[in-house]
Amino acid sequence: MVKPFLLFLGFMMLQQAVQAQFDIAGGSITGNFKLEAQTYQEDSMIGAEKVAEKMRSNSYMNLKYSNGNFTAGIRFEGYLKTMLGYDQGYDGFGLANRFASYSGELFEVTAGNFYEQFGNGLILRTYEDKDLGYDNSLDGARVKIKPINGVVITGIIGQQRLYWEKGEGIVRGVDGEFSLNELIPGLDSSENRFILGGSFVSKFQADEDPLYILPENVGAGAGRLNFSRDGFILNTEFAYKGQDPSADNNKIYKPGSALLMNTNYSQSGLGIMVQYKWVDNMGFRSERGAQLNNLNINYLPAITRNHAYAFAAMYPYATQIDGEAGFQTEIFYKFKKETLLGGKYGTQVTFNYARVHDIQRKALDSLTVIGQDGTDGYKTNFLSMSDSLLNQDINIEITKKLSDNWKVILTYQHLDFNQAALQGHGGMVNTNTVIADISWRIKPKHTLRIESQVLFTDKADFAIDSLHSVKIKQDYGNWAMLVLEYSVSPHWFFALSDQFNFVSIDDEIAKNTFKYVHNGDDFHRNHYYTVAMGYSKGASRIQMSYGKQREGILCVGGVCRNVPAAYGFNVSISSTF
Amino acid sequence: MKKMIVSVTFLSMCVLGFSQGGTQTIPSVDLKTMDGKTINSSTFSNNGKPMVINFWATWCKPCVLELSNMAEIYDTWAKETGVKVIAISIDDTRSMARVAPFVNGKAWEYEVYIDPNSDFKRAMNVPNVPHTFLIDGSGKIVWQHTSYADGDENELYEMIKKLAKGESIK
Repeated sequence: MVKPFLLFLGFMMLQQAVQAQFDIAGGSITGNFKLEAQTYQEDSMIGAEKVAEKMRSNSYMNLKYSNGNFTAGIRFEGYLKTMLGYDQGYDGFGLANRFASYSGELFEVTAGNFYEQFGNGLILRTYEDKDLGYDNSLDGARVKIKPINGVVITGIIGQQRLYWEKGEGIVRGVDGEFSLNELIPGLDSSENRFILGGSFVSKFQADEDPLYILPENVGAGAGRLNFSRDGFILNTEFAYKGQDPSADNNKIYKPGSALLMNTNYSQSGLGIMVQYKWVDNMGFRSERGAQLNNLNINYLPAITRNHAYAFAAMYPYATQIDGEAGFQTEIFYKFKKETLLGGKYGTQVTFNYARVHDIQRKALDSLTVIGQDGTDGYKTNFLSMSDSLLNQDINIEITKKLSDNWKVILTYQHLDFNQAALQGHGGMVNTNTVIADISWRIKPKHTLRIESQVLFTDKADFAIDSLHSVKIKQDYGNWAMLVLEYSVSPHWFFALSDQFNFVSIDDEIAKNTFKYVHNGDDFHRNHYYTVAMGYSKGASRIQMSYGKQREGILCVGGVCRNVPAAYGFNVSISSTF
Repeated sequence: MKKMIVSVTFLSMCVLGFSQGGTQTIPSVDLKTMDGKTINSSTFSNNGKPMVINFWATWCKPCVLELSNMAEIYDTWAKETGVKVIAISIDDTRSMARVAPFVNGKAWEYEVYIDPNSDFKRAMNVPNVPHTFLIDGSGKIVWQHTSYADGDENELYEMIKKLAKGESIK
């Protein structure tokens, strides 16, 4: 327990330092840091492994110097060694990011590492997310020019970060955005607001393939329109990519394309959103052979709800860059105070529905199989949709304040998840999940939050032989969870939680079959408990927890990583200064 | 690990060693309005009165709880101190289309902007949401807070009241 104590000591000193922005030659230095460490114990029941180092740690620190129009920054990152569940290629410690930028009236120039997004990101988005271990920053130069009001032109060139190295490919791009109401006289007072944008991105990588003649320069273009009027907003973008045989598409020469449409309407107390997306062969990376989350040039958002509750997010959907067609709609409504359904404080209801299918693919001719490398792969019609359902998510959430001290959020979700197509194992998983999240303000500053969740999977036929089949629970079966969280504002936080796996077994045959499907483990009545506490003051926070972590997939913004089962002690400290 | 503790402790001592200038101001970063227009953060102002900048996301439960709790008393805050709350959503392309219906569906009255690639979040050194900054009448960041527990808004309001009276919050 010495380590946590030392960390705590360091933390106490640090929180003294909050707001100690200090002056150097008239400028100021600001920054932040986060340090996380985890010990690993073995637990064969849940599949948790120990590591030779006993503990592992991920950390970073940003330092930024700004003076007038000038800013420069560096970031140290340390992975000693990389915590389990993150890409192990990060092992090491060093300077991961450095940049300098100058912003004047007319233009802004950045040299070094930078993050940029053109439009919705369909052909270019570099960003970082520490929770995912994701960083595809470009190292090079960026110029942003604002010649007149309503016009922004951005040009970029660079190579992308790959762990501690850079990817081989060179990425170049230009984007222009034009706000018509500011540009066209007479439109400035119009209630119809128009913004147009267009971008072009190209990557270069030498062709050293022994078999195929590969395009060394691959270009992609996108155009977008944003229209708004009286609470109505339409945002749409179409992207097209030239021939780009790669590991993503099994080296087919077919060009790619994508369409994204977002519309919403809202007024006080009511909001409606509809999204549509179609993707065909749009993997775009600065190295042809890159896999996992490496060297992505573009970003294709998953248009399903980004769930915050653990069980609603148990089977997360991620965009299928090879092809998908889907839509999502969401309605927000507030029943006003002093109405039948609104009661004394009003009631908030959110309904969300999303459905995604695969696209339709036809063989090029009778001799070529679909997706054959070295060919155009397949034929598809623009906006085509196949019968193959990938994901369907229906959920409703009701938020209700019962009294000055009681508040409840109720959630129901039905999910159909094509695990075979999306994760390469199992079949269809159909789940029903109910969540009750209750807050009780015991006295001012003291609040107890009780979160209970339960998830049921359906039963499916499993063929034992050609004549007999048995009904068994899909995937790992049912789950229940209870979280108790006690917070004392503004500093303290304590939590206890347990996740519990249970499978209703009809008979011995079903039990043995379930065990067989899961390679001998019956995953039956496993508990995943955690105790946690946190202390925060100002912009600093320390959090410690001990317990077991379920194997699963963690997703942020539609990008996911696998989290292995883990058992041990975790501490994290963060601060902004 | 030991190395890290030593370096962290050393750094915090360094930071303590410097004079407490409190000169950090709002960096200049392009953001989006909910209907897609570009707006620069350097234009944020509240005519010499205090301002709160809150980083949140539609998928972040504590963020939504914080903004919902503040929404109930925002009228009173604004009346008593003239404070303005600016809510910066870090929802990216996946969920940014939710922001306008989400905010209006809850009838929040904050000024809301979207930071779709987290540029402003990075410039303000925010590690995670929710994260709240308090800005004084001259545009200086005078206080900040990370995470949210039920009731934290009262601590924030004590600071706002002090600022509105022209007192130092140190």
